[in-house]
Amino acid sequence: MRAVHFCEACGKVQPPVPVDYFTFFGLPRKLNLDVTALDKDFYELSRKLHPDLNAQAGSKEQEWSLQQSSLLNDAHRTLKDPIKRTQYLLKLEGVELEEQSKTATEQARSTGQLKKQIVPPDLLEEVFELNMQLEELRAQKKMGEDDPALIEEIGRQKFELEEKQEGLLHELQGRWKIWDGMIQREHNGQPVSEEERRQERDKMVDVLNRRNYIRNLVRDVNEVLEQ
Amino acid sequence: MATDRIVGIDLGTTNSLVAFMQGESPVVIPGDDGSNLVPSVVALDQNDQPVIGNAARKYLTETPERAVYSIKRLMGRGVDDVQEELKFFPFRLAEDLQAGEVLRIRLGGKKAGEKTFTPPEISALILRQLKRNAERFFGAPVTKAVITVPAYFNDAQRQATKDAGRIAGLEVLRLVNEPTAASLAYGLDKKQNGIVAVYDLGGGTFDISILKLHDGIFEVISTNGDTHLGGDDIDNLLITIALDDTLGDLGLDLRRNAEAVQAIRNAVIEAKIALSSQPSVKLDVELPGGKCYLREITREQFEKLIQPIIDRTIGPCKQALKDAGLKPEQIDEVVLVGGSTRIPKVRALVKELFHREPHTDLNPDEVVALGAAVQANILAGGSEATENMLLLDVTPLSLGIEVAGGVTDKIILRNSTIPASATQFYTTQVDGQANVAIHVLQGERELAKDCRSLARFDLKGIPSMAAGMARIEVKFLIDANGILHVSAREQRSGKEAEIQVQPSYGLTDEQVEGMILDSFDSAEEDFRRRQVIEARNEADTILAALEKGKKSPAWGHLTTDEKKKIAKMEKALIAVKAEDDYQAVRKAIDALNQGTTRLAELMMDTAVSTALKGKTMDEADMGEGPTAPHPMAKAEFE
Repeated sequence: MRAVHFCEACGKVQPPVPVDYFTFFGLPRKLNLDVTALDKDFYELSRKLHPDLNAQAGSKEQEWSLQQSSLLNDAHRTLKDPIKRTQYLLKLEGVELEEQSKTATEQARSTGQLKKQIVPPDLLEEVFELNMQLEELRAQKKMGEDDPALIEEIGRQKFELEEKQEGLLHELQGRWKIWDGMIQREHNGQPVSEEERRQERDKMVDVLNRRNYIRNLVRDVNEVLEQ
Repeated sequence: MATDRIVGIDLGTTNSLVAFMQGESPVVIPGDDGSNLVPSVVALDQNDQPVIGNAARKYLTETPERAVYSIKRLMGRGVDDVQEELKFFPFRLAEDLQAGEVLRIRLGGKKAGEKTFTPPEISALILRQLKRNAERFFGAPVTKAVITVPAYFNDAQRQATKDAGRIAGLEVLRLVNEPTAASLAYGLDKKQNGIVAVYDLGGGTFDISILKLHDGIFEVISTNGDTHLGGDDIDNLLITIALDDTLGDLGLDLRRNAEAVQAIRNAVIEAKIALSSQPSVKLDVELPGGKCYLREITREQFEKLIQPIIDRTIGPCKQALKDAGLKPEQIDEVVLVGGSTRIPKVRALVKELFHREPHTDLNPDEVVALGAAVQANILAGGSEATENMLLLDVTPLSLGIEVAGGVTDKIILRNSTIPASATQFYTTQVDGQANVAIHVLQGERELAKDCRSLARFDLKGIPSMAAGMARIEVKFLIDANGILHVSAREQRSGKEAEIQVQPSYGLTDEQVEGMILDSFDSAEEDFRRRQVIEARNEADTILAALEKGKKSPAWGHLTTDEKKKIAKMEKALIAVKAEDDYQAVRKAIDALNQGTTRLAELMMDTAVSTALKGKTMDEADMGEGPTAPHPMAKAEFE
């Protein structure tokens, strides 16, 4: 059931009810989501909730409209993006993804140490080599030199990393299917064990962590290349 | 249906405009001098009364210390930010300015009577002029407005603009981003779907916005820009060259001579404009001491000179495309906004960037104001023309908070559709801690010191608990104006935490209150008073014209009866003019105007026949200038 955002009879904006983003759009907590339908719903709701269209309403309704449309935008922004959507669902499931990495970052900063990141085992060798090459290119750039061969080699590795990133998205979508199937089973009245749930969550966390690692790596490469 | 009369205002660096929706299309409201553009220049006259717009321009060269322009560059900025600007602009900052205080500009001579104004107060004087122009046009008070701002304006610059509105006695219903406003005016008659890029290079700011237009929804996908890049920078470059020339060739150091600099400034602006249509121009500026600065500039030289400046728009354009996830080929239309896009080299650059010929059929000076009027109409409840139209804009800069180690933790990313919000949880570090400090930032950089400091919030009155027990929920909300609101609640006690805001570069509510020019309550009274003054002026004009008419040969052609009637009406007007009832004065003016129609016609005939005899119309003139609706002049043009 979708939360009530405006009065069906008179069209007036209603006070916001604190709900999660899935409920806001009346969606089950599934990850395979029809983004086109989501967008359509988003535009339709925007036409009712946006402050510009409630500027002549009473001050209370204007306040509700502001709250409701920010909730609408926040929900749409999160759900339309496959990664953000997965992270959000995991957060709803009690996994504190963001918090963990934030704590780690803060700790690393305050102790002045580099943040320890778990390198995906299959990348260990590649990453080691890439970091060496990036170090070399940085040093070269400082001296005002450019080694075209090195730049080309780094560019090639970057391309491979981006392909891996793409591959991980597919892997994540595979996990979605299993998750959604589980939710559907639950919906049909078949019990799902807490253990199964936990396992599925962990698998998604693992894919996200690996993807995050590669994303940061690509960002580092871009930084050095664009310097 | 639209009931409120809400105007749309483009508060520009160089020029400002006010527009409104007349029926189904937006129109610009001209000033009393008949011009659509009100130059964003404010001066103090000999009696220290503010003069705005075209009337203020002469002070720029005559008494530069009494005039100020391009004030938009200083909106929402601190003394540390503007050091670069001070090299090029004759802003005179108050001498007792403290770091962290809102800037104050000195206007007036060295003698007693010199006054200081904050940038929002100076902007408010411009806004009040536009408000008056609109009121004269409607014949009724105007108290509500939509004001446009550069899309890349940060929170402080937006807040300063809103404050300026309040000081001018205007309720600012919405701040709209300039490129977005332009797209509204552009899309109004096109009614089509597609991807539009708006390239807006004005007097002082540059914006690029990429929008998706679909079924009346104007959805901004990404925006980028530079709030200190525009025609001003080109002018300053040319001025610097001229000053170097005069020093080198003539041995004249004019850098501290405000009048000479202003004269050079006027000349280079003229040259810059001319070079958009001519292959070369000759600069000829009279300098103090009778010497002249002469120089020829070809368009080729000009283009080479400005290349580094206009190239600064490339980075933001590429970033906007990247953020939108689009390639240049995917852009359906490119719209040019801002006076600086008249420069052929700028047009060539845009064509190269987006691989297509940009639209130039809109007046780049007016399109933003027209779009603001469209948005005003939507806010007022809409009309047939704006039915189904909705603007979904984004925040141009990421919002972050400072975390341990001086790092920025981004909580709302740039290009998020607004209104947008984010919730953060805080706790206490020591037992019984009652306050928590939060530093809010805006910008894209990793470190807090590289981002723009928006405000420091102090959460107060946290119930006494053991360390780490309090759970304070802080909600950050960016509203549809792009302005941040913060609220906080301690979750365990459910107590609303008190937030003390220290804006890094803004006026407090109390300060704004104290600056208000025409308070809302006195708007009606002010309007009435101004109407009386204007009606009296009109009465004087028609009475003077009548005096002239009596001396013209046409007067002899009137019958005694006609002359008697006119004399009676003249007497009535003089009598009612002394009263405070402007409606009665207008009635008397109308009566006299009617009664003198035949006289005017006869004078017209005489004028035409004298013109045929070789005399000019001026010699047979019947009154003063094109000021305001002139009752006798009306008959003349019928």
